[in-house]
Amino acid sequence: MTAKLTPTQIAWRAAQDIADGAYVNLGIGFPEMVARFQPPGRQAIFHTENGILGFGEAPAPGAEDWDLINAGKKAVTLKPGTAFFHHADSFAMVRGGHLDVAILGAYEVAETGDLANWSTGPKGVPAVGGAMDLVHGAKRVAVITDHVTKDGKPKLLKRCTLPLTGVACVTRVYSSLAVIDIEDGHFVLREKLPSLSLSDLQSLTGAELHIPAPVQDLVTPDL
Amino acid sequence: MDKTLPDLATAVAGVTDGMTVMIGGFGGSGAPIELIHALIDRFLATGHPRDLTVINNNAGNGHVGLAALIETGMVRKLICSFPRSADPVVFTERYLAGQIELELVPQGTLAERIRAGGAGIPAFYTPTGYGTDLAHGKKIEEFDGRAYVQERWLKADVALVKAHHGDRLGNLTYRMAARNFNPLMCMAASTTIVQVSRILPPGGIDPESVITPGIFVQGLVLVENPAQEEDLNRAGARYPEAAL
Repeated sequence: MTAKLTPTQIAWRAAQDIADGAYVNLGIGFPEMVARFQPPGRQAIFHTENGILGFGEAPAPGAEDWDLINAGKKAVTLKPGTAFFHHADSFAMVRGGHLDVAILGAYEVAETGDLANWSTGPKGVPAVGGAMDLVHGAKRVAVITDHVTKDGKPKLLKRCTLPLTGVACVTRVYSSLAVIDIEDGHFVLREKLPSLSLSDLQSLTGAELHIPAPVQDLVTPDL
Repeated sequence: MDKTLPDLATAVAGVTDGMTVMIGGFGGSGAPIELIHALIDRFLATGHPRDLTVINNNAGNGHVGLAALIETGMVRKLICSFPRSADPVVFTERYLAGQIELELVPQGTLAERIRAGGAGIPAFYTPTGYGTDLAHGKKIEEFDGRAYVQERWLKADVALVKAHHGDRLGNLTYRMAARNFNPLMCMAASTTIVQVSRILPPGGIDPESVITPGIFVQGLVLVENPAQEEDLNRAGARYPEAAL
């Protein structure tokens, strides 16, 4: 059993790359956790698809206002400087290149930057939400994910097998084992767990890892 | 001029069989629950309207509001981005049984299609969906070296909208994130009916604060203390109460 980062630790690592004042959209679910780990002295401004910039954390139970929710339909709070806007303006911020970072979950990521994160196939009720919009326009589109599936199969592949969310859109992957950039159709390894050998990491990755520069240790607090 | 309507039944009287109806809201925020329930009341009393095409971001939650509208069998087709919720059982069962048609649209594309409908723009190009199943059959064009998908406008016969305050000329404000799709839908329907929690005389809303100008609104109805879908669902509510 390979040691790996917990989801919380992956979220922590992703948060370290968010600059002070950055405009950031966090996908529903796991990516929302990134907001908890902003480094001291830095404050990102969070965007949610349903029309809020600069919202705060969840209110205490019982203090919810259901007109003040995020894209996951969870209650949030106001902060000084919060702005409201309608849905067309909200997605103008997304597609128009105004967001600095979007951080999303993934079923599969290809070395081409293709992302599959909205559908596991034709069964059940299909639902896409804002996923296909969010992968276009943000200056950086990062994915946070376990490195492999629950069955131990690679999620980082030459080509996605599941229905695509977007083509050539992902720029960086924060996985449970490594930090990998996507450049010119290649996975470029930047950081890996120090306990993991390069060959073991490669064997858990479905496409070739390129290593043009020394690989840094991926180290996080115990979270 | 006074766009105020006397009651909810009058407000929804213009919705007839086969119409396309935009319903505002994102989940429960900004959802015109009382207008939807008035529509259900009329269907239960008269058997109409039916075979509706409904445009909303979601597909309802629990057994109130949009979910209740679907549950009564009034909706033939739904155009939405995310037909899931905490309790999506009503839509899920009907969809899997082939009793309701679904057109799935990426959320930003849905918003822009509605905006385009209201703005007189019959089609536009977006990067969203390029190379995916949701672009299937759509025209693709390259601009400045990048591929874009052509999307068409969306319009409706009627929009049912929830705003916060309205004046008698139809100028509207919204409450926090309950704004969402509502201002866009006001623009994109032949007839826009709005429920507001307060009706003011002209001048009662600071012109600087008007979000939807009255030109986009045909009727206003007062619902002083509107229900929130989330509160109804937490209380286990169903509409109509007797239905099972």
